[in-house]
Amino acid sequence: MRIDAKGLSFKELNEKVREAVKSGASEVELVNVNGQRFIGDGLTTPVTIVTRGSAGNDLGAFMSGPKILVKGNVADAAGNTMNEGAILIDGRAGDVLGHSMRGGKILIRGSVGYRAGLHMKAYKDKNPTIVVGGTAEDFLGEYQAGGTIVVLALEHDNGRAIGDYVGTGMHGGRIFVKGAVSKDQLGPGATIDEVTDADRSELKQAVEDYCRAFNVPVEQILSHMFTKIAPVSSRPFGKTYAIQSGDVPPKT
Amino acid sequence: MNPLEIPPEFHIMVDVGKCQLCGRCVQECSFGALRRTDKIEADERKCVACQRCVATCPQRAIMVVDHPLAFALHGTWTEKNRRDIWKQAETGRALLSGTGTDISYPSLFDHILIDSCQVTNPPIDPLREPMELRTYIGRRPRGLEFVEGDSGGLELKTVLPPSIELKTPIIFGAMSYGAVSLETHKALAAAAHEKGTVMNSGEGGLHAEMREYGQNIIVQVASGRFGVNMDYLKLAAAIEIKIGQGAKPGIGGHLIGEKVTEQISQTRMIPTGTDAISPAPHHDIYSIEDLSQLIYALKEATEYKKPILVKIAAVHNVAAISSGIVRAGADGIVIDGFRGGTGAAPTVIRDHHGIPIEPAIAAVDDRLREEGIRDEVSIIASGGIRCSSDVAKAIALGSDAVAIGTAALIALGCRICKQCHTGLCAWGICTQKPELRRRLDLNTATRRLCNLLDAWSIELKEILGALGMNAIESLRGNRDRLRGIGLDHTTLEVLGIKPAGR
Repeated sequence: MRIDAKGLSFKELNEKVREAVKSGASEVELVNVNGQRFIGDGLTTPVTIVTRGSAGNDLGAFMSGPKILVKGNVADAAGNTMNEGAILIDGRAGDVLGHSMRGGKILIRGSVGYRAGLHMKAYKDKNPTIVVGGTAEDFLGEYQAGGTIVVLALEHDNGRAIGDYVGTGMHGGRIFVKGAVSKDQLGPGATIDEVTDADRSELKQAVEDYCRAFNVPVEQILSHMFTKIAPVSSRPFGKTYAIQSGDVPPKT
Repeated sequence: MNPLEIPPEFHIMVDVGKCQLCGRCVQECSFGALRRTDKIEADERKCVACQRCVATCPQRAIMVVDHPLAFALHGTWTEKNRRDIWKQAETGRALLSGTGTDISYPSLFDHILIDSCQVTNPPIDPLREPMELRTYIGRRPRGLEFVEGDSGGLELKTVLPPSIELKTPIIFGAMSYGAVSLETHKALAAAAHEKGTVMNSGEGGLHAEMREYGQNIIVQVASGRFGVNMDYLKLAAAIEIKIGQGAKPGIGGHLIGEKVTEQISQTRMIPTGTDAISPAPHHDIYSIEDLSQLIYALKEATEYKKPILVKIAAVHNVAAISSGIVRAGADGIVIDGFRGGTGAAPTVIRDHHGIPIEPAIAAVDDRLREEGIRDEVSIIASGGIRCSSDVAKAIALGSDAVAIGTAALIALGCRICKQCHTGLCAWGICTQKPELRRRLDLNTATRRLCNLLDAWSIELKEILGALGMNAIESLRGNRDRLRGIGLDHTTLEVLGIKPAGR
């Protein structure tokens, strides 16, 4: 089913999308998308949505199951609190991509803005993944509590794969960045860790997903060295507070 | 013996003539202050005066009193100052507290009196006249439009925005599962269901066993987004975006890893043993426009079927912020005064940040009226609502309803021992330990909460009757029926009330 988004408010557009999904459409194509927000927000059916144009903020927020193919760029907060499903962005993405996402994956052909993967989580069999084909700006993986972020740096905006303050407040999950990362780029809470065999197979899977989505040859990417950024502790506040009267917490 | 050990605050006296050494007190003391040898021995440093041993001793042989140890009087260096410094010197850590601030700041509610009718404006007897406490929470249309229906009568043309109906203007405020026990959460939900009001999930998600009460639950979306998924959003009566909390404005929430048990991990949807961190700001919200984006993300996700509320702590510029919240599209504002309770907050923030709820309500009500938008949204006030007269005063100052948290916990048996943050609550309220949770009987707890709502509702009707009113709506923002006593000119002006005698 095809919906022309031209001149529609986000409310009108999303109502049409919901109606299409409710009527049982397995694929909904949105053309002339021009900044409309909340596309795919809250949908829980395994529908495929294709958007052509520039998608607005909060694309796929709270969604659990659908696959959204973005033919173009997407603004801020795509995949906000997303629970399951996939967002494939054939373009670039703005800030706070994948904020608090708990499951599913987001693949971006190009670069992302600031604070991608902010407070991303993991839970039981849910391990959300973000793969960035280009570069990521500052505060990548801020407060990250779980999941995997991969930065491939296949295209460069400013000569380096990731910005500064990476993993500030990080307390779970991992970040893989192609090439070397300076310790100066890390925020408090993050550290550079050794890449294990399990990491390598996870990385391989993520890179293959990306390459399949955007028709990029796998081999030349995986032949590069990757840096792993991991949390220092899963208990960043473990030493901040004196808990009980008469009970001195151990100085760990 | 360490001479620098912090002296105990409480003194435990066991009457050896009555004590039969049954050891019940030792089992009941979740803080480990009691031990049985050939007598009951006390480590008084661990006693928090939760009164559990006193209340459960079959022989009534135990008494806990203030410790008689003299602290040489000093006008500047209070006993509290000295104790805090000792604790900080011992640990090198920030102090953490449970419940609302225990500093005795002056209460404005206690300086406000309510009018009554005499002779010329007859009071109403609530025993024989109908009294309406019903309150709606949600956005109200600016006006109503009617069209002529097929049968010739008028039909409402305006589409009414979603709202929740409360049978009494008292709701249970946000307390998360994790901060409180599952039994507490369930009792709040069951009582809300029975009495036609709502409870608030807090930011820790919902246990599966809470689902049946969905239509009596406001679910919270906080910066950590714990447990937030479509199931959670869809089953609720309303959704609340938590920006702040009165007890810790400007501070996020940290549920320490020790408290993230298997069950808590399931509702928060995070691994066990990790710190559950709600950052201080929502990182997708740095402006009213951003707030609007989250409000509409939630409205879109739930197809505009539920009111979206925004909860903020009462801070200096609460009025301007509230105006922004209304304009951002929220259907209600929850304002939490600085006395509001907490499961755990840094003591320094709890005790020194924010403003009281009374001037906050008045300031917000004034501002929204000035801008002509007060009628569009509901205001829920919370943070130190202790009794039905506080409810009436809060409504007369300009709120639609109030939320109670600590008062509800007191109804369940809470002694205000202020140890919520330790997770060792001897009354089974603020704990996840199975052996402690068992102490809170769900049926008894539910009945006591229902009784509290009933008692306050009866008293509210009495108050309305004395005022010559028959609907709580007539009291809302009716500050002409309040008078201040012992308040300075500026405070009276802020509250928008006259001094007694005028």
